[in-house]
Amino acid sequence: MPDTMQAAWSPGEAEAAPVVLEVQGLAVDFPSRRGVFRAVDGVDLVLRSGRTLAVVGESGSGKSVTARAILQILDQPGRIAAGRVLLHRHHTTKGAAASGGAEEVVELSALAPRSAAIRAIRGRDIAMIFQEPMSSLSPVHTIGAQIIEAIRLHDRLGKRAARERAIDLLRQVEIPRPETAVDRYTFEFSGGMRQRAMIAMALACNPSVLIADEPTTALDVTTQAEILDLIRRLQASHGMAVMLITHDMGVVAEMADEVAVMRHGQVVERGPILDVFERPQHDYTRMLLGAVRALDRPSPRRLAMRAANPPGAPLLRIEALRKVFPGQRRIFRAAAPPVIAVDDVTLELRAGETLGVVGESGSGKTTLGRCVMGLFDGLGGRIEYVGRDGSQTNLLGLRESALRPLRREIRMVFQDPFSSLNPRMTVEQIIGEPMLVNGMLSGAALQRRVAELLEMVGLPATAMERYPHAFSGGQRQRIGIARAIALDPRVIVADEPTSALDVSLRSQVLDLLLDLQQRLGLSFIFISHDIGVIRYFCDRVAVMYRGKVVEIGETEAVCTAPQHAYTRALLSAVPHPDPRRRGLSGRHRYTEGA
Amino acid sequence: MLLAFIVRRILWTVPFLIAVSLVSFALIQAPPGDYLTSFAATLAASGDEVDQGRLEALRERYGLDQPFLVQYWRWISGVLQGDFGISFEWQQPVANLIWERMGLSVCLALGTLLFTWAVAFPVGIYSAVRKYSIGDYVATTFGFIGLATPNFLIALVLMYIGVIYFGSDVSGLFSEEYQNAPWSWGKVLDLLAHLWIPVIILGTSSSASLIRIMRANLLDELHKPYVVTARAKGLSEFTLLMRYPVRLALNPFVSTIGWAFPQLISGAVITAFVLSLPTSGPLLLQALLAQDMYLAGAFILLLCSLTVVGMLVSDILLALIDPRVRYQ
Repeated sequence: MPDTMQAAWSPGEAEAAPVVLEVQGLAVDFPSRRGVFRAVDGVDLVLRSGRTLAVVGESGSGKSVTARAILQILDQPGRIAAGRVLLHRHHTTKGAAASGGAEEVVELSALAPRSAAIRAIRGRDIAMIFQEPMSSLSPVHTIGAQIIEAIRLHDRLGKRAARERAIDLLRQVEIPRPETAVDRYTFEFSGGMRQRAMIAMALACNPSVLIADEPTTALDVTTQAEILDLIRRLQASHGMAVMLITHDMGVVAEMADEVAVMRHGQVVERGPILDVFERPQHDYTRMLLGAVRALDRPSPRRLAMRAANPPGAPLLRIEALRKVFPGQRRIFRAAAPPVIAVDDVTLELRAGETLGVVGESGSGKTTLGRCVMGLFDGLGGRIEYVGRDGSQTNLLGLRESALRPLRREIRMVFQDPFSSLNPRMTVEQIIGEPMLVNGMLSGAALQRRVAELLEMVGLPATAMERYPHAFSGGQRQRIGIARAIALDPRVIVADEPTSALDVSLRSQVLDLLLDLQQRLGLSFIFISHDIGVIRYFCDRVAVMYRGKVVEIGETEAVCTAPQHAYTRALLSAVPHPDPRRRGLSGRHRYTEGA
Repeated sequence: MLLAFIVRRILWTVPFLIAVSLVSFALIQAPPGDYLTSFAATLAASGDEVDQGRLEALRERYGLDQPFLVQYWRWISGVLQGDFGISFEWQQPVANLIWERMGLSVCLALGTLLFTWAVAFPVGIYSAVRKYSIGDYVATTFGFIGLATPNFLIALVLMYIGVIYFGSDVSGLFSEEYQNAPWSWGKVLDLLAHLWIPVIILGTSSSASLIRIMRANLLDELHKPYVVTARAKGLSEFTLLMRYPVRLALNPFVSTIGWAFPQLISGAVITAFVLSLPTSGPLLLQALLAQDMYLAGAFILLLCSLTVVGMLVSDILLALIDPRVRYQ
């Protein structure tokens, strides 16, 4: 079947690019006491030199396990149960030079995971970069030491020559001042710079295959665009085959030549990118693409809701809000400079509307949300709240006792559905706690209310006896939402509530929030870094940059005709889930004052 | 950067040392009465007549009637010049009495620390890498037994075994012929031959806890993403283990110096009694009972200073192996 698919798509190119790596019928087992779990089941993949294969799937689909199985670096107790991984070394520049053109096929899956033979392949022929650039590099070794180590493992080079090469690699990945950067530690770098250093390390021995496991997931969109661009340019200059593992259809559309869609350890669909995006064969692919495309435009449901019931008078008025984190005081040294996290922000939230706050990490959007929640002291400006009876109170400067009843009216939903629920409490205790603490309900009445709340967020009432670990990420986020609405609030501050969820779950959670908005008359402040989600869900959007709101307006107006240069830069960096609209190379980075 | 950190850290120890000296002086002043009251009580108990006039004269001579801060000032300015005062009980300068015993104490503590590391480092690594293997279970069992058994009990058992089965006395740090001999190579060798028994006794429980610490630390590090990264480079498993996870698991290991050192010295008192070791512990206890304040004060001050220095050493080592500490 793969042959016919390739034939249907640009056949000339497919022939021109020789196969470097082949995965045939790969199966990976994780034995445990409760039996064997098959994480990868009969996967076939082909990587061609100079081409990019995107492996896309949601969490738990087995895409990372497949990548690790190729290099035999599976976590314990994982093992390859069946199938073959073949490296066609003679098709790589390095292999061809070494073997003089004679055919040399290495069966990686037959090598022992600790053998010298497979170690010689790792890093030299096949290199890998990982998702989390912070934890994937050692914090106690300099960047240079880690790159030099990779160079000297496979190439016989003196220390000085290896250092020169490391500096050269850092220059290739566009790290400023590579001569000094080589002696820096990872924690002195930003996320994007760390990922560049990681790529430099992967390129240390000129590999023929680069496996990139979610290389940009932990990065901001503008940084993501730069890293993807870098990978693409390095691929072109080195002629590498790239295996790009991602869950983001936008990244796939931007980068891939071919796509393999994985689900439950199997490849459900495989083919050239245009075929997969424009004529998806499998239901799951269609569902994934549908979910992503839905998020790229306003929710029809929301538009209908607003048409029937337009947002009312302002409910919350934020005026010239300012939060400064003082610099740490140090003895024997000057104090660190203070950080202005929220700088003179003026906003208003109208009754029944959803206000999006978008920005990159460090833009102050989360701090803004927490200021509204009353989690900080020492704020400048005003936060005026209009009560149910029309009375106006400035939340800042209120004493704790006066603030307490207002805390019931403004609630929060958190980003991480795993750490925001106490693992030692049952769902009933978690959802019931705010009502119990406020002395509103107890006993059987409390139980009935919890059941009602669970039903509202689409979970069965029987869920209340169980602990959070028994639920998936999406279900946990529903529990968090049930807790937030338990006290019948008027305003909900949602801080990145969908960013830890798979794409197919995102629109479900957003639809649930819309549903609750309609039923309970809620207003949302919705904090996110994801433009797609904002566009789907928010009526108005405020764009934050370095603590300031640089632009605020109707979401569609801001997205289609951005006024501020930063907004334009931000939008230009978002990859579209449409391979015909590749445009990240046309992006531009916003620099203040430019 | 590193140098600045070390200098800053050393500067920090100065106020600490002053505080420590104040506290030690306050401690030895805390019991009611002074050396002369207990001296008079001893005399009265043995039926001698106590001459009040003579007591007053002595009190004045030693400055015992002065206010606290004046006494402290006299004492500490003497200490800074190497004069720790006169021991009332022994009627000789404190400095003569303490140095040999302090030296032996520190020697014992350092020996025990080295022993502890030598045991805990490899066993801890083995236990973590081969988690739930037979070897890990054996180490764990021994570890718990070692933790749960008081040092003096091990000392008694070892002494019993020594006398019954080997017919030799394992107590003390020197053989009889070297007991009061001046220092020589022979005496040093003799010391080494005796030292290992208290080292094992004192080191058992701290090795046991360090094994557990090392195992837990390393288990946390073994599955970190940077280990996978290093493996994907093509490093061999042993180099990988030593260069990355062990290196990071070492941090808490190094910070143990700070607390292990004073613990070893204070924990050694009972063992020193049981094994009749000529270290500082027994003499300190005797000095405290007799309210021999200059002797007791010198010991307490030195032990506390050792603790501060131990902390300093562990902090500097930590900054050396972990760059994140330096840059805070």
